[in-house]
Amino acid sequence: MIQKSIFPVASVAAALLAAAAGTPAAAVGEAPTDPQIAHIAYTAGVIDIAAARQALAKSKNATVRGFAQEMVRDHEAVNVAALDLVKKLKVTPADNPTSAALTKQAKADERRLAALNGRAFDRAYLANEAAYHKAVNGALDKTLIPSSDNAELKSLLQTGLKLFREHQAHAEHLAAELK
Amino acid sequence: MRAALLLPIAALLLAGPVAAAPRTHVVVIDQMRFGPVPQGVRAGDTIRWINRDIFRHTATARNGSFSIDLAPRAQGRTVVAKAGKIPFYCKYHPGMTAVLGVAK
Repeated sequence: MIQKSIFPVASVAAALLAAAAGTPAAAVGEAPTDPQIAHIAYTAGVIDIAAARQALAKSKNATVRGFAQEMVRDHEAVNVAALDLVKKLKVTPADNPTSAALTKQAKADERRLAALNGRAFDRAYLANEAAYHKAVNGALDKTLIPSSDNAELKSLLQTGLKLFREHQAHAEHLAAELK
Repeated sequence: MRAALLLPIAALLLAGPVAAAPRTHVVVIDQMRFGPVPQGVRAGDTIRWINRDIFRHTATARNGSFSIDLAPRAQGRTVVAKAGKIPFYCKYHPGMTAVLGVAK
């Protein structure tokens, strides 16, 4: 179970670190642009909402369902704020290899989780949530926030990081409880 | 006649200081944190909770003495009935915790 969950985490981390290095699309050392950062952050939210909807469709555990509902509510709130902001700033989020890699990895995770049921699903979902938030938080902290130019975008990402750190801790706590 | 009028007033004065009227205190929730918790809260006082976040939160006493669910950017009130040190948290974000001290 743990072995399985580490692999996708490494992939997510690799995808996000590629953004840090500006590879493979841009030259090495080139930081992501604000339109790319907005796209990555929004995509990361969409992915977590989709994972939560899968959990709400599959899990019968009240605690897991409560957590999934929290993920839908919180990530939708951040993404609504993100859409409002890009509209206000007249920025068009730019698709990029990091967003594409995240989406590809998320689809693989979704398939893997779809094959599980009951307690095995609950455990895998929570483990994935803890690992996914950890990877996203690392990217926000090390790359996306330092690289963002616009003050309002930076501020929203910082708020997002506080929220997602709480999500990570919550997921880790619930995952430990379920063992 | 005059004595009859004064008597109730004297009785009031002799009864000693009247208990302080309940007060309202404010706790602001912002950036995934409970702001500074007010000092000098007494049983019977009201807490006005102001949620400045874009996220839904609760302020829930671990001893069950109060719980309020706050929509994003909403506010609400709870009355603190009991004295004591009351730890509270957000049910949705359990990492958000604080302690409210309530005097009798």
